[in-house]
Amino acid sequence: MSENITPNATFGKGVRRLEDRALVTGRGRYLDNLQPQGCLAVAFVRSPHAHATFQSIDTTSALTMPGVHAVLTIDDLMPVLTGRKLIVGLPSAAIELEVDRPILAGDEVVYVGEAICMVVADTRAQAEDAAEYVEIDFSPLDVVSDCSLAIKAGAPTVHRNLPHNRLAAFGFRYGEVEKAFSSAAHVVGDRYEVHRGGAHSLEGRGVLAMEDSLRGVLDVWSSTQTPLALKKALCELLGRDENTIRVEMPDVGGGFGPKLVTYPEEIAVAAASVLLARPVKWVEDRREHFIAAAQERDQIWDMQMAVDADGGILAIRGSMIHDHGAYTARGLNIAYGSGVTLPLPYNVGAYALDIEVVLTNKVPTAPIRGAGQPQAAFVMERLLDKAAGVVGLDRAEIRRRNLVRSDQMPCLKPLKLRGGTNVILDSGDYPATMKSALEQSDWAGFQVRQQQARKAGKFLGIGIANYVEGTGRGPYESVSVRVNRKGVIEVVTGAAAMGQGTETMIAQIVAEQLGGDLSIVRVKTGDTDNPLGFGGFNSRQTVTAGASAHAAAQKVRKLLLQMAGHILEASEDDLEILPGKVAIKGVSERCATFGEIATAAIGLPGFAIPVLDKPGISASEQVIINDMAYSNGSAVAEVEVDPDTGSVRIIAFTIAHDCGRMVNPKLVDGQIIGGIAHGLGNALYEKMIYDATAQPLTTTFADYLLVSASEMPPVTILHTESPSPLNELGVKGVGESGVIPTAPAIISAIDNALAGWNLHFNRAPLSPQDVYASLRSDSKGERA
Amino acid sequence: MDNHPLELTINGKTYKTAVEHRKTLADTIRENCDLTGTHVGCEHGVCGACTVIVDGKTVRSCLMFAHQAEGCKIRTVESLARGDELHPLQEAFIENHAIQCGFCTPGFLMLIIGAYENDPDITEENLIEVLSSNLCRCTGYQNIIKAVRSASGGLLAIGSDADA
Repeated sequence: MSENITPNATFGKGVRRLEDRALVTGRGRYLDNLQPQGCLAVAFVRSPHAHATFQSIDTTSALTMPGVHAVLTIDDLMPVLTGRKLIVGLPSAAIELEVDRPILAGDEVVYVGEAICMVVADTRAQAEDAAEYVEIDFSPLDVVSDCSLAIKAGAPTVHRNLPHNRLAAFGFRYGEVEKAFSSAAHVVGDRYEVHRGGAHSLEGRGVLAMEDSLRGVLDVWSSTQTPLALKKALCELLGRDENTIRVEMPDVGGGFGPKLVTYPEEIAVAAASVLLARPVKWVEDRREHFIAAAQERDQIWDMQMAVDADGGILAIRGSMIHDHGAYTARGLNIAYGSGVTLPLPYNVGAYALDIEVVLTNKVPTAPIRGAGQPQAAFVMERLLDKAAGVVGLDRAEIRRRNLVRSDQMPCLKPLKLRGGTNVILDSGDYPATMKSALEQSDWAGFQVRQQQARKAGKFLGIGIANYVEGTGRGPYESVSVRVNRKGVIEVVTGAAAMGQGTETMIAQIVAEQLGGDLSIVRVKTGDTDNPLGFGGFNSRQTVTAGASAHAAAQKVRKLLLQMAGHILEASEDDLEILPGKVAIKGVSERCATFGEIATAAIGLPGFAIPVLDKPGISASEQVIINDMAYSNGSAVAEVEVDPDTGSVRIIAFTIAHDCGRMVNPKLVDGQIIGGIAHGLGNALYEKMIYDATAQPLTTTFADYLLVSASEMPPVTILHTESPSPLNELGVKGVGESGVIPTAPAIISAIDNALAGWNLHFNRAPLSPQDVYASLRSDSKGERA
Repeated sequence: MDNHPLELTINGKTYKTAVEHRKTLADTIRENCDLTGTHVGCEHGVCGACTVIVDGKTVRSCLMFAHQAEGCKIRTVESLARGDELHPLQEAFIENHAIQCGFCTPGFLMLIIGAYENDPDITEENLIEVLSSNLCRCTGYQNIIKAVRSASGGLLAIGSDADA
């Protein structure tokens, strides 16, 4: 941290959010609240089949329905499009099959929910009415629903013209794996199945497009995490220059991953708007979110861990199948992230993982909060529990013996990030973090509590899981800071806000350098005028945008002091920055306001600008940070299991975490608790179920269970701050931390509660039915 | 699907409009009365983002037809602040970081206010049960519960003029 800290420091304070006043009074500007005059509504006609071809789309009847303006197929959109497909996948040499999403399906559909045509009408209700009258002559084809079956020889292909379903095969390998296994004292292993489900931001996706003929600009608003990526795709597919498309990100009602992907619907709606020369809006309803927004579904891991007689991890090997869905919406990033993450928190001497990324006739997968890391943590932590049992060690002790130590930091891992840079754990004291979680949760005293409860007929269990979260995905994010004539600090950034408090976070970093008055800072997020930027994903913005905000604010600070020195005829060393003004130290009434300084710096025609090399009090920064900053933590769950019903109740949940220096501890807590709630869903409740023909069966909140207030346990959060050496602020990301260790900690606790049955639950989520069935199918165990 | 005349009383103000019989109260509040603080999250009565108060009872406005609410006193999130002065529960939501994306927030505010008006002495256990009627994907609920606890004194004070 720079020494230039103002007396009214805002950095590190749990200040109130700048965003909230509008949101509590019902004045949020969410996508569906934007309703320009004459705006038409879209309903998409979506495939009811997981795999089918079709020859014709008969729109005759639909076109006669009240309020209908158009029924558009891909052929109808082509006059304003440069291509039929949306190509957005991250590059990888391992990808064998090109399966980019069509803007609208042409003659084959490959998952239930795939958009085929769009009905545009005066109202959404009219559009939905008419959509029922669109006739499509489907010829159903064979379907692959399960990724473990899709990879088998002779399986039906997800796309009729592709030779097989293996999108990619790649892996990770370091150390002498086979040697380690042959010399190991113990080898443990199992097959693990981990499911993530849907994102379920309370606001679905949505897009609004309207041509502004006065400006010659197509205005597009989208509930997206990556407005810049959308702008790029729109420019390409509509064949327009960057200055003729403007993408705005309104208030976004939650993201959680899938909104980072650009979707065919966003292109189709913009194209329809151009074609019809009318404002056109589509808002995703909940059913559409269940069937057409990206999910992160199944991974199936067959894994083994070799340990020595003292519980030291010698090697890990195995294979993983990743369900990719029917198209590439993002790339290999989830599976890749899982593979990199698995051994990260621990010293693992050798590692071999073969990954197959497999197509299925289901909606494409893309990151959901955690993005592959929760699955990896689940497998790693389950293996450690199993190893602890075989070696005869306490589950915390085997972890302590293997965790990366603080004296190893920075710790270079023999692994590469997807872009080829090294994986280097940058900082932290993992064993100390775990120790604090154990102490807080009274891990040592649990056995006594457990025995006492057992006497009362209750089955208590405790579980632990560690995690490392890769945050701050580079290379950079843009932030510009400008002081205007009114003395307001205007901040504009490509960072995207979807509820995390990004505006407040950036304002705190900027205000820290500029007098500490948050009330004069205005932050505009999701900017697309500056093409340099990426948006919100991968817990990246506090690190990347934070670093740029800090650097830009420092430059602006210097400019303020320079110009104020001139105005006040004082040396810069004798000045201090106060809220809204620069003053002579200790003589606050001898000052120049930010507005006066900015006005002087803008200048007058024909008059020289004093002091400054360039006019204006402004700076724009894109600080490049290629390496990732690794947050870490340990979670302890205490549960009660009812063996008669299989139900699980979380009694207490403790998380000790380290995300470096915290910009705002209140917001950090909010991110962590929200992540834990999501992880609790992944552990016990959230399952996106498809039948054997890949028909989605859980398409309402009555079938797919989100955690509610009743299920949330009391959460205790312990903070440690090990500054990251990778950025000047020492910050790391935290948005996905809470979700990563939660399922393995809870499942471990369930095992422990049912110790008498000697079970090792190997999947998540785990329903009461699953627990109940396991207790009855296991003949070896006996009730303690 | 013809539009039929409709008069709604929302936040003490009369709105004259005409909507189809099938149109939900939620859509009508948003589209015909331009009160977009009431949000629609699932349209099948589970998430509670659309919660409003109708004649003193909290209802999911996506499960009620607008015509059913004719003659009723409807209150939405827009009724809570008095000018620049926020309702104590709104203050408490901000102070306790009970909001992240804010999409579910109006529904939670109306749910909680309705619950306290009906039972000013609501127990902790019943409060949690009431809160479990609505879904939030961001906060993990802990800070919402904290906000309610910190505001409950202030909530009671406004109960009396609630239908004004």
